[in-house]
Amino acid sequence: MSALIEGRDGVWEYTIGLEVHAQVASSAKLFSGAPATFGADPNTQVSLVDAAMPGMLPVINRVCIEQAVRTGLGFGGAIARHSVFDRKNYFYPDLPQGYQISQYTQPIVSGGSVEIPGRTVRITRLHLEQDAGKSVHDRDPDRTLIDLNRAGVALMEIVSEPDLRSPEEAADFLTRLRALLRWLGTCDGNMQEGSLRCDANVSVRRPGAELGTRTEIKNLNSIRFLREAIEFEGQRQVEVIEGGGEIEQETRLFDPDRGETRAMRTKEDAHDYRYFPDPDLLPLELDEDFIEEIRAAMPELPEARRSRFTGELGLSDYDADLLTAERARADYFESAAAGRDAKQAANWVAGELLGRLNREGLEIEAAPIPAARLGELVDLVGDGTLSGRMGREVFEAMWETGKPAAAIVEERGLKQISDTGALEGLVDELLACEADKAAEYRAGRTKLLGFFIGQVMKATGGKANPKVVNELLRSKLEV
Amino acid sequence: MMRRLGVADIRAGLASGEFSAVELVEDRLAALEGAETLNAAVTLMPERALEAARAADRRRSAGEAALPLDGVPVAVKDLFCTEGVRTTASSAMLEDFVPPYESTVTANLVAAGAALAVKTNLDEFAMGSSTATSHFGPAVNPWKATGDPRPRAPGGSSGGSAALVAASVVPAALGTDTGGSIRQPAAFCGVVGLKPTYGRCSRWGIVAFASSLDQAGPLTRSVRDAAILLAAMAGHDPKDSTSAREAVPDFEAALGGGVRGLRVGVPREYRVDGMPDALDALWRKGARWLEEAGAEIVDISLPHTHYALPAYYIVAPAEASSNLARYDGVRYGLRAPAEVVEEQYARTRRAGFGAEVRRRVLIGTYVLSAGYYDAYYAKAQRVRRLIARDFEQAFGKVDAVLTPTAPTAAFPLGEKMDDPIAMYLNDVFTVPASLAGLPGVSVPAGLDGAGLPLGLQLIGRPFDEATVLRAAEALEAAAGFDAEPEFVR
Repeated sequence: MSALIEGRDGVWEYTIGLEVHAQVASSAKLFSGAPATFGADPNTQVSLVDAAMPGMLPVINRVCIEQAVRTGLGFGGAIARHSVFDRKNYFYPDLPQGYQISQYTQPIVSGGSVEIPGRTVRITRLHLEQDAGKSVHDRDPDRTLIDLNRAGVALMEIVSEPDLRSPEEAADFLTRLRALLRWLGTCDGNMQEGSLRCDANVSVRRPGAELGTRTEIKNLNSIRFLREAIEFEGQRQVEVIEGGGEIEQETRLFDPDRGETRAMRTKEDAHDYRYFPDPDLLPLELDEDFIEEIRAAMPELPEARRSRFTGELGLSDYDADLLTAERARADYFESAAAGRDAKQAANWVAGELLGRLNREGLEIEAAPIPAARLGELVDLVGDGTLSGRMGREVFEAMWETGKPAAAIVEERGLKQISDTGALEGLVDELLACEADKAAEYRAGRTKLLGFFIGQVMKATGGKANPKVVNELLRSKLEV
Repeated sequence: MMRRLGVADIRAGLASGEFSAVELVEDRLAALEGAETLNAAVTLMPERALEAARAADRRRSAGEAALPLDGVPVAVKDLFCTEGVRTTASSAMLEDFVPPYESTVTANLVAAGAALAVKTNLDEFAMGSSTATSHFGPAVNPWKATGDPRPRAPGGSSGGSAALVAASVVPAALGTDTGGSIRQPAAFCGVVGLKPTYGRCSRWGIVAFASSLDQAGPLTRSVRDAAILLAAMAGHDPKDSTSAREAVPDFEAALGGGVRGLRVGVPREYRVDGMPDALDALWRKGARWLEEAGAEIVDISLPHTHYALPAYYIVAPAEASSNLARYDGVRYGLRAPAEVVEEQYARTRRAGFGAEVRRRVLIGTYVLSAGYYDAYYAKAQRVRRLIARDFEQAFGKVDAVLTPTAPTAAFPLGEKMDDPIAMYLNDVFTVPASLAGLPGVSVPAGLDGAGLPLGLQLIGRPFDEATVLRAAEALEAAAGFDAEPEFVR
């Protein structure tokens, strides 16, 4: 949904493009064998190459290339057969080489798109680059300390076209892109740990007018902050322009505590990065077989799966969205639904299971009930062995004990009584005992049906099939 | 007389039991002590050398097969990182830097049995043609001109290595060559210096100057010894993405074939104004020698030669400005502390880098700057491709190219120091092969009128060091260069 900003004298529209930095899921860094583990003690994940010792040379990590190609194929980008790593030169204490190895003019992926509700957002490019280390300012009163654990970790920078028209759309885009990365297993998408961060380029204009001057908001590390930062920045720009000012092209930082963006540096003090091809690395040449192998092993993508769920399996849009938000959910659902009624299975996965996971703050991978076992429960409800209520009781027991549904049914004697013969005697007995109430019913107080059903359920310890009881009572009372 | 023993001689002497490796290494370590006036050594490695010698002797007494460089004392340019032994690049920046790792090339030599005995002086970060930009002061050429007492430059940047081989202190040394840093000092000192094809030897663990040009190679007193050294140094290294996956032939076995039928090109563009007569005459003589040995001499043209030097002095400083950015005083090496980090960078780099390094970092930073990149760096890279194409076309007609190595003989120490352009002109004949990544060897071919050595250069096809060495051997045989420098007389 596009959104307009209400100015003092008319409306303004947003133009937004995102640059997403996604840490490549890989056990090793982009150009060294050092591990890329999060949260380790400072400077314990650092090789000689990462520390830029004299004479050390980068060697490309094949896994990172595969992940970039997989991601590019995931959003329909063109994979470059020939791409080049460049050096981006600048001095910073946590940048050991004095340059970042990145891809400037010839990235590994160009083009592609991501669907968000109501819009196709074009991707400009994806390129690979090294992360920098971390400057730690709060450990020592006088000195800045450097932690190089992140230095050299592989990042994918994914740049969108300025197609986004509202903070909501930006949030949707990042949500969908994050889901795609997680779906493909190319980035864990963990924004708290910094595996995924995002810069937003924001400008405002009168609808249909020329593009305004943009500012870049750096390093947004949650989807909420992204939304808030853009909202604030849009308002700010409108106020500046309506107040007769001009927007300066600059880099800004978002302060989540105050909910505002602040200027960091202007275009004038922008670095001259002196990009040039890294002579320590040959251009990256990918052959068609390499790309095809990855393409052939691609999982079914969320978009395709969503439409199969709604089309072939007849799920509601709501359930399909919920079940394709994560690949593990979709996989779970499909194995739970295998060979049985998909809609019923979807009800159990999207309702009972996701609800419980949500309450417990767990991911579906941690669900104590395996998909096949949940499927068995669906069957027991489907064939009438269990009532819906009993099914939910069994579900809770399965969650707590990890036992299969059949075992719990056995243990608790939970079998639903659907046998008309067995129930008929009970019903007759009840109507004989409660002849007065039966007469009242026949005289028109049909509300008493609930009372009779309740009595039968009570007598059977809740095991009677309520549908059968209902039919029996009606047939007996309405003769 | 262990002094004059070459690598092949040592192999034979050890095999026959004429001497032990320990005897030889002790003798050479003593010679090193006696060569202090050359200022060619930065750090001695007696323990390392003796340990290797003892291991070689043990192998021999246990009847094990000898390794190709058993007991051979080798001098190592102080640009190769040596584990546990300080590696300075002759810079104040790394004066106390002790790497915890060993370069691939030196590790290969150690694995081949060599006794690495000394780290040698060089131009700071290999930037120079005189070894006079060294933080440790200039190395001295063992040669002097007749009747002229002035000490002379050994050339550079591998000047310390060349001086020690020329003075017969060690039979072999390692150098690196970016634009002529092995070949030019070899010519100045009257020794053989081989720059292999770019990618033939691993660059891993060599302090980088210009990554797309740097290449390790040997300096020796004979072509055969250079072949033996190269075979031990070379090979693909998975730690260097630019190291070639080419098989390493037995370079020594490729020798002795003569040059009958070989076509050798003489490029007309190398006949430059102001070339000394003696050099011009020697070049012609070299061509005649090869012709007499059965080679066919072909006049060729390498039309873009003229642009090689300016292109080189853009590409090399550009890469250097970036390669040297890591010397920031944050993690290792010199640190000149300051309150704010920008000031610490400035102080550290001002204190750690000498004038020539600073000049090249500035040039390199300038040519890569926004607005200048296309005019300088991009254009230099185009020139580089044209130069490579010149050679490709020439190698359609010839098998090797013969040129002088350097435009002059060794100049007196201190000369050209105030004139960088004059200094850069030293590389005019060596830089084209560097830009094209081709193998080149300098062979001592005679003395000039003042009794100073002159070298001739042979350039070959990529990874065809075998042919280059074969032609060099013919040149060596015809020249019969057996003069010795004043230092040892």
